[in-house]
This record gives sequence, C-alpha cells and structure tokens, in this order.
Amino acid sequence: MQATHRLDAVFAALADPTRRAIIARLASGQASVTELAEPFAMSQPAISKHLKVLERAGLISRGREAQRRPRRLEAKRLEEADQWLERYRRLWEANYQRLDALLDDLKAKERNVP
Amino acid sequence: MKNALTITPSGDRDLVMTRVFDAPRRLVYDAHTKPELVRQWLGGLPGWSMPVCEMDVRVGGKYRWVWKSERDGTMMGMGGVYGEVKAPERLVSTEKFDEAWYPGESLNTLVLVEQGGRTTLTQTMRYESREAREAVLKSGMEEGVVASFDRLEEVLAATANANPR
Repeated sequence: MQATHRLDAVFAALADPTRRAIIARLASGQASVTELAEPFAMSQPAISKHLKVLERAGLISRGREAQRRPRRLEAKRLEEADQWLERYRRLWEANYQRLDALLDDLKAKERNVP
Repeated sequence: MKNALTITPSGDRDLVMTRVFDAPRRLVYDAHTKPELVRQWLGGLPGWSMPVCEMDVRVGGKYRWVWKSERDGTMMGMGGVYGEVKAPERLVSTEKFDEAWYPGESLNTLVLVEQGGRTTLTQTMRYESREAREAVLKSGMEEGVVASFDRLEEVLAATANANPR
C-alpha cells in the first residue's frame, strides 16, 4: 500500500470509538478476541469486524498461538500516524503563533501612539 | 500559557476551528482583512513565501492569495469573494483552491468575540457536500483524526507507558 493510502486506512480505523478503545486495551498487552470483546456490549462477530479494520490498517497483528490467536498492537504504525498529525497541527499552530506575535506588535504600536 | 487550537467536524458539512488570542478583536480583525498584515502570518509552511496577497474587503469584493515554494518554485493559489463584511466581528467569504481536489467551494465564516481584552476566533468552513468535506478531511484534516485527536494522544501516552524504550 502507498504511504498516503496506508495513512488513510489508519485514520479511518481510528475514527471509531470502539476501535480506539481496542487500541488502548492492546497498548497494555496482547489479548484474544474474547478478552477484547468483554468490556463491550457487542457480539464477538461485531468485535471481529472492528479487528479486521484495524488489521487492514496495519495497526494490529495476530499472534501464532493456534487457538487463541491473540491480537497485539503494531505501535510503529500508530507512531507514523501521529507524526503525520503533528505536521498538520504544526502548520496551523505555526500560523496562529505568528498571528500571536503580530498581534503583540500591533498592541505595542498602539500603546506608543498617543 | 499557550492558547489551544481546536478543530472539529460539525453537522454534515462543516469544520469548525476555534482559538483564543490575547488581543482585542479589532486587531484580530485587522490581521484578517489587511493584506500587509495577512501576509505576515498566513501560510504556515516554512520555505514558502506569499508573492500575491490581494484583498478587496467589501461585499462582492474578491481576494486572491498565492504561495510559492522557495525550494522548487511550486505555486499554490486560492481565492474567493466576500459575502458579508461586518467589522470587527464577522467576515464571510467563499474559498476555492486553483487546483481544488474537492467539488465546489467552501463558505468560510469568521466570527470574533471579545471578552476582557481577549478574542475568541471561530472559523467555520462549510463545504458543498458531505463528500467534499470528506475529501478535504482525507487530504489534510482527516475527520477521524480531528475527532479523535485528543483520544489518540491518550492512546499514544498509554502505548509509551506500556512499551518503555
């Protein structure tokens, strides 16, 4: 997958609160589908659907243990998404921080004009 | 303390940005309507200049902004028409990029509210359709990202704690 498409998939995956909760749970260690389904009022197939989305985005992977197939977090992919976010955020922060500085200048100039 | 910027989707077609500035709104309004001030802050990308910044701020008046990459000469232009001009509290304009990647144009409404010498800026961008907003979100303001940004930060913090390097 191309980098931008991959990020699209990551962001789409993170847009859902249940999937974010699953990610948060996996951040503290791998877990089976049954374990992941526990905190949610949701059927196992519904949870599996969410897991498939996360898997396609590369955010989680499956362990090898035959029966349990525990899911685990792919932290690197999450970090990539965060870096991308940071760029966007920095762009607007930068704009508005320059505006802050400009406004300080304008205020100072007004104080000097009687 | 730094003033926080929030960006959230609203309804079907809107994106809403809010930010507080430690200045009276008269000045914030000037900074959005006087070309010599606008070009001092708007643009964001390091290594880009703003060779064109023309603004005829009156109802029906046009504006045009062009940025240029100093590295490879790439140009990025956009412009629109002012629909409402109510100094120093409200400015409504259309916005369309020269090489728009989403259908139609957006209708941007800037609202400034002053309280105790500080100004709250609210910028609402209304797109032609839900699909157009999606396209914008996908390119630079992914909806999920915006909606979940704070949550994502929490998740990342949890990840960092769980996997200390």
